[in-house]
Amino acid sequence: MSGERLRVLIADDNPVDRQILSAIVRKAGYDLTEAVDGNDAIEKFRLEKPDLLLLDAIMPGKDGFQVAEEIKGSIADEFTPIIFLTSLTDDSELARCLEAGGDDFLTKPYSQIILKAKLQAMSRMRELHQTMQVQRDEISKLHKQMVADEYAAKAVFDNIAHSRQIECDYIRHLLSPMSVFNGDVLLAALTPAGQLYAMLGDFTGHGLAAAVGAMPLADCFYSMVAKGFSLREVLRECNQKLGSVLPSGYFCCAVAVNIDFNRCTVEYWNGGVPTAYLKRCGNSEIVPLISSHLPLGILNNDKFRDETRLLEARPNDRLFFATDGVVEARNSGQEYFGEERLLALIEDSHPDALFDTVKDQVYDFMNGRDDDITMVEIKLVRPDEVEQIVQSGALDNDSGPKDWKLSYELGPDSLRCFNPLPMLQQVVLQAPHLRKKSTEIYTVLAELYSNALEHGVLGLDSNLKASVDGFTQYYEARAHALAHTDGCVRLEINGSITNGVVNLVISVTDSGAGFDFQRMQAAAGDQVADSQYHGRGVRLLQNLCQQVEFVEPGNQVCVTMTWREDSE
Amino acid sequence: MSILSNLDESSGKLTIAIDGRFDFSAHKEFRASYESLEHKPEHYSIDMGRANYIDSSALGMLLLLRDHAGGDRADVEIVNCNADVRKILTISNFDQLFSIH
Repeated sequence: MSGERLRVLIADDNPVDRQILSAIVRKAGYDLTEAVDGNDAIEKFRLEKPDLLLLDAIMPGKDGFQVAEEIKGSIADEFTPIIFLTSLTDDSELARCLEAGGDDFLTKPYSQIILKAKLQAMSRMRELHQTMQVQRDEISKLHKQMVADEYAAKAVFDNIAHSRQIECDYIRHLLSPMSVFNGDVLLAALTPAGQLYAMLGDFTGHGLAAAVGAMPLADCFYSMVAKGFSLREVLRECNQKLGSVLPSGYFCCAVAVNIDFNRCTVEYWNGGVPTAYLKRCGNSEIVPLISSHLPLGILNNDKFRDETRLLEARPNDRLFFATDGVVEARNSGQEYFGEERLLALIEDSHPDALFDTVKDQVYDFMNGRDDDITMVEIKLVRPDEVEQIVQSGALDNDSGPKDWKLSYELGPDSLRCFNPLPMLQQVVLQAPHLRKKSTEIYTVLAELYSNALEHGVLGLDSNLKASVDGFTQYYEARAHALAHTDGCVRLEINGSITNGVVNLVISVTDSGAGFDFQRMQAAAGDQVADSQYHGRGVRLLQNLCQQVEFVEPGNQVCVTMTWREDSE
Repeated sequence: MSILSNLDESSGKLTIAIDGRFDFSAHKEFRASYESLEHKPEHYSIDMGRANYIDSSALGMLLLLRDHAGGDRADVEIVNCNADVRKILTISNFDQLFSIH
């Protein structure tokens, strides 16, 4: 505090009392101003802005109670202590002094010692109030700064991380605008083959510490997905990235899915997010997507487990995820919303109403308290309903290869651990005239490669996939066969553009024994029931390519895609 | 929230008992309970018997303790968890890093 002397205003209509008080106050080391009645007190207060008031309760004109109310009403933030001077002794009258805005009272006859002590006490209170005021202003300034910083950081985050894919019709989400500062992040993007990869992440902690990890995560996720890496590879890279940027003790609980709209399958990985659910359409069956991994950013990549699980789905099935905000939402009785309540809701609601029902019930439960709830629902739509968000950016049609050929062979050790598709996709994207069809080309490449590997080299029977149990068996058999194979796959890609006609020939040969492709082709021509998940690959190839040719004994397939460059 | 720690000299085991909510407010105290020791204990035991809630920052603190105790070679057990605490540890699959009883 400054060493300035405090100014005391003494308001008393009795000149003798004024004199006595003035003497005491001056002697105690204060400057003073005197007022002779209520109106004079208000006037002097306005003009001289005293630091403390001694106010006679009973005065002509405005009495002390009115003066106190008026003065206290006129000063919003400052604290000017008022000590009532009174000869009243009735308890309720004394209480009235405090109710009117007084901070203390002094009864006649005036004691020099008591008055001095009270003035000192009030000065201390005034000082304390001023300190608080300064701190409050400081906090408010810092808070404003923090909010401004968060908005700026959020804008940067949105530019990096927000994908317009999230706004598609088949994705519904509840994500507060500043959710990134709760550590919640939702990422979604289509792969070059048109699969939807989505990730819901929940970083440790709150505020900036929770938000900083979201940017490298988003950056890593989007660049890996765009390049056509598998979900496992994306997760591995994200784990590596977060492990290297996050300080020890910080991590990201995440659930990630790969939805293949063509095959109607859901591949998922859950590390630390409460159980997500696949709600079947048409019956009440619900499949839990249980967390079976540690969150991202904890384990080194040599210990990290990227095993995903695969589920069959049907069109209109729904996937529902929520961060722990939903199960940990509390009502006024501090009771948790809990997993049982959530599960019952998901079981009982109609798929079309699922999202709104859960949202409404959680909000009702919290009774309007604005907790940060993050939840997402993804609908399994038909492939033609998937909205492609077209990458912007002008293409330079004059550069890039126009007539080229690539031959690439993978031996058994490569087949076990390497995914050639992202690299091949990058090669294809080098040719400007192929970019427009990159989704189709990637789909064809992925289909040819997985057929050559799984059926050709590994000899797996796709009929296994026809049943629910078989689905799991199939992928177990795949892993086993892959570990022991000594086969290889050779890919040849031949691209050209002549007089505006684009021609792309892809030939894939595997080391397998081949198969009876004539019988399969005949079957693929038939209407295949929706429940059959196998055999769709070949139909897909036939839809996307002008020519699909199997070469005896069936271990080689050659497809041709042709289109006019200016078409579409 | 309060944290009590006790080092059993003969067995070299440090027991850290959590009482109440185990969240970010426990950060300093929790770290102090093992960082202040002159010699690193051989075994660590986190007693959750009186913990009624843990959040993700608490999980982070457990990871820090594990790092301090030697990472993959650390011997850290988490004991006496109630159902809620157990659930949080299970969802995060912390049983892959700690022995949880």
